[in-house]
Amino acid sequence: MSRVADLSTLPKPEPTRGAPANRPRGSGARHVDHRSRAQTRVRWELLRNLIRKDLKVKYKGSSLGFAWSLANPLLLLAVYTFVFQVVLKSGIDNFGFYLMSGLLVWNAFSGSVSAACGAVVGNANLVKKVRFPLLVLPLSAVGFSAVHFALQLAVLFVVMLGFGYSLLGPELLLLIPAGAVALLFTVALSVLVSALNVRYRDTQHLLDVALLAWFWINPMVYAFGLIENRLNEWTWVYMLNPMAVVVTTFQRAIYDPPEGNSTGSAPILADLGYRYYLEHLAIAGLISLAVLWLGLRVFRRLQADFAEDL
Amino acid sequence: MPSQPLAPPPMQPAQPAAVVPSAPPAPGAPVVIRAAGVGKKFVAYHKRATSLKERFVRRDTTSGEDFWALRDIDVEIGRGQTVGLAGANGSGKSTLLKVLAGILRPTHGSVSVSGRIASLLELGAGFNGELSGRDNVYLNASLLGLSKREIDRLFDSIVDFSELRHKIDDEVKHYSSGQYVRLGFAVAVHVDPDVLLVDEVLAVGDEAFQRKCLAKIAQFRDEGRTILFVTHSLDLIENMCDRILVLESGGLIFDGQPVVGTKLLRQRLGSLPADSPIPFDLAPVKPTAVAFSRNPGGPTEVQYDPGEQLTVSVELDLTDSAPQYVYLHVEIMGQGEIPIWMMETPPGGVSPGPGTAVVDFVVPRLPELLGAFAINVRVSDAATGQPVTVRRFEELFGVSGPQVAGLLKVDYEARLRR
Ligand SMILES: Nc1ncnc2c1ncn2[C@@H]1O[C@H](COP(=O)(O)OP(=O)(O)O)[C@@H](O)[C@H]1O
Ligand SMILES: [Mg+2]
Repeated sequence: MSRVADLSTLPKPEPTRGAPANRPRGSGARHVDHRSRAQTRVRWELLRNLIRKDLKVKYKGSSLGFAWSLANPLLLLAVYTFVFQVVLKSGIDNFGFYLMSGLLVWNAFSGSVSAACGAVVGNANLVKKVRFPLLVLPLSAVGFSAVHFALQLAVLFVVMLGFGYSLLGPELLLLIPAGAVALLFTVALSVLVSALNVRYRDTQHLLDVALLAWFWINPMVYAFGLIENRLNEWTWVYMLNPMAVVVTTFQRAIYDPPEGNSTGSAPILADLGYRYYLEHLAIAGLISLAVLWLGLRVFRRLQADFAEDL
Repeated sequence: MPSQPLAPPPMQPAQPAAVVPSAPPAPGAPVVIRAAGVGKKFVAYHKRATSLKERFVRRDTTSGEDFWALRDIDVEIGRGQTVGLAGANGSGKSTLLKVLAGILRPTHGSVSVSGRIASLLELGAGFNGELSGRDNVYLNASLLGLSKREIDRLFDSIVDFSELRHKIDDEVKHYSSGQYVRLGFAVAVHVDPDVLLVDEVLAVGDEAFQRKCLAKIAQFRDEGRTILFVTHSLDLIENMCDRILVLESGGLIFDGQPVVGTKLLRQRLGSLPADSPIPFDLAPVKPTAVAFSRNPGGPTEVQYDPGEQLTVSVELDLTDSAPQYVYLHVEIMGQGEIPIWMMETPPGGVSPGPGTAVVDFVVPRLPELLGAFAINVRVSDAATGQPVTVRRFEELFGVSGPQVAGLLKVDYEARLRR
């Protein structure tokens, strides 16, 4: 090609492959960012602003909407108590409280993974026009769900205390490690699917189906003992699912089992001590870290092409 | 040569180092934007696996039409330069800005930009219509990398610049499109960038707003920030920029003085007549080509310094019915189609005879000029004075005078008088 660039003005630059200040997104997943503390703070502020935006947009002008989303677990509580305790006679004492103690954290998990999946695709215009740390997109979806979850949990506690339920005890402290593992695993999976969904748009559909099935391999509407009776020494396989560990720990922390921890045929809680949970949480935490490592890798690999793929 | 306004001018300088006057980074000014060998390929959409199902079920190896939006771009921009980026639609301007901004990854080559970048690829990108102007200012500014404290400090200034104080608490969806971009621009320019990358965002908004934006860009320029902006207004480039980059089909076809680049671009875009209105094919004497060299018959060169010798060679094609004595009148055309000087054959003309012939005009010492110049050739019958044909050539030669701007170098003194 004959080029008029022969009129080019400048001495040909030596191709510089040094450390450019402005790397394209994701190129060199490994590059150590010498970012100052101020910059890190700015990123947290951005994350907070995005979460606040989501909350504001969702509940704008309707404090009723907000109230509804908090009342939602109460409604579930009433319906499930009726269905399982009165109609189906599940045999689990205070079935509603048992269910809610596991269901809230599951809903937060599945809601945020599902929302995070669409987080990058849904902000296509932003991604194509502005350079900013893209990881905040899935993280803000997680943050949004986390805020909801915390409020719903508080509502549940108020109701339980209102019913004179014995809630307060040292076992509540289990919520801290369980919440941490839940957050870690949710972030890990959210980051992974948000990136995959940009390249493979059917990720969202597959994920939604998977979450429906996944719901049932957590002991939420049935007693943990049913699984244990069936799987016996293979129960550990069931517990490789970090959410199953999180759910059982939440139940141990919140739910107060009847005398003997039994539905008659099967124990309700996985264990009455603490150690069992802490050990399983440690394993779940390691699994979550592995997923997080994978998720960040995939995200960093794919993010350089987000603007092009969208 | 028949007119081919879009074909690259047939210049093949023997020395590739020929250089048109330009404003390279002032010696010592650090390079802040650097692109080396940058190419960007877009893969045809249908070629990419876009679902997990396809990814695992079908191994697609069909070679679709990949598209190179940028080819082999080498650019260095020094601190404080104001550079215009021009080219036809689809020539890759936005793609280049996105690559420099780090939004797109170049397929090959490397890019580096130092300092804080503000890229105005679209004003108000990321605004949420459901939120108030105030909330959007905070959100947008934090996307652009400002901390809350900085935004608090700048908020009033942003609102004042946008002239939207009365609407700042209204939802943005109720803003007019002009108000929307005003707020977007106001936020973007408060990022306090070292490097400003601006796409064609100034085309929107009313005239008053455009003027305000340009004033802001001019202020940035005067503050010594580095600016690269896309515009279709060639006048704007001539007025505001030190330098122009011209893209065509993803390639950088010109990098240098704005006046030269805009002229080239006008020709490429066909807004300057590339040919004479007189039916050229019927003329018995046709100027078929011009060439520039130092010595008659020497290798073609396009770049000269003042004081050097220049030979303008006009190639003629004569039919049997050509007049015996041919008179040539050659005009050297500057920017804006202003004739700079004129050269002609002796009044009696020359007698080339049928066939082809070359007439050389030798300029022993070029004056102190700055710019790129084109050639206009008029042919007439020397005996009768009848005009035969006129032809305007696209080929340019450049003269790089010692001055940084202006066509002429003029000696002067600056004196203070009280
Ligand atoms: N994401 C993309 N995928 C495929 N082709 C693209 C994409 N973005 C731009 N292009 C193509 O690249 C070319 C250059 O586009 P662009 O840089 O927007 O041109 P300009 O800004 O100079 O008008 C166009 O032909 C356009 O269709
Ligand atoms: Mg464009």
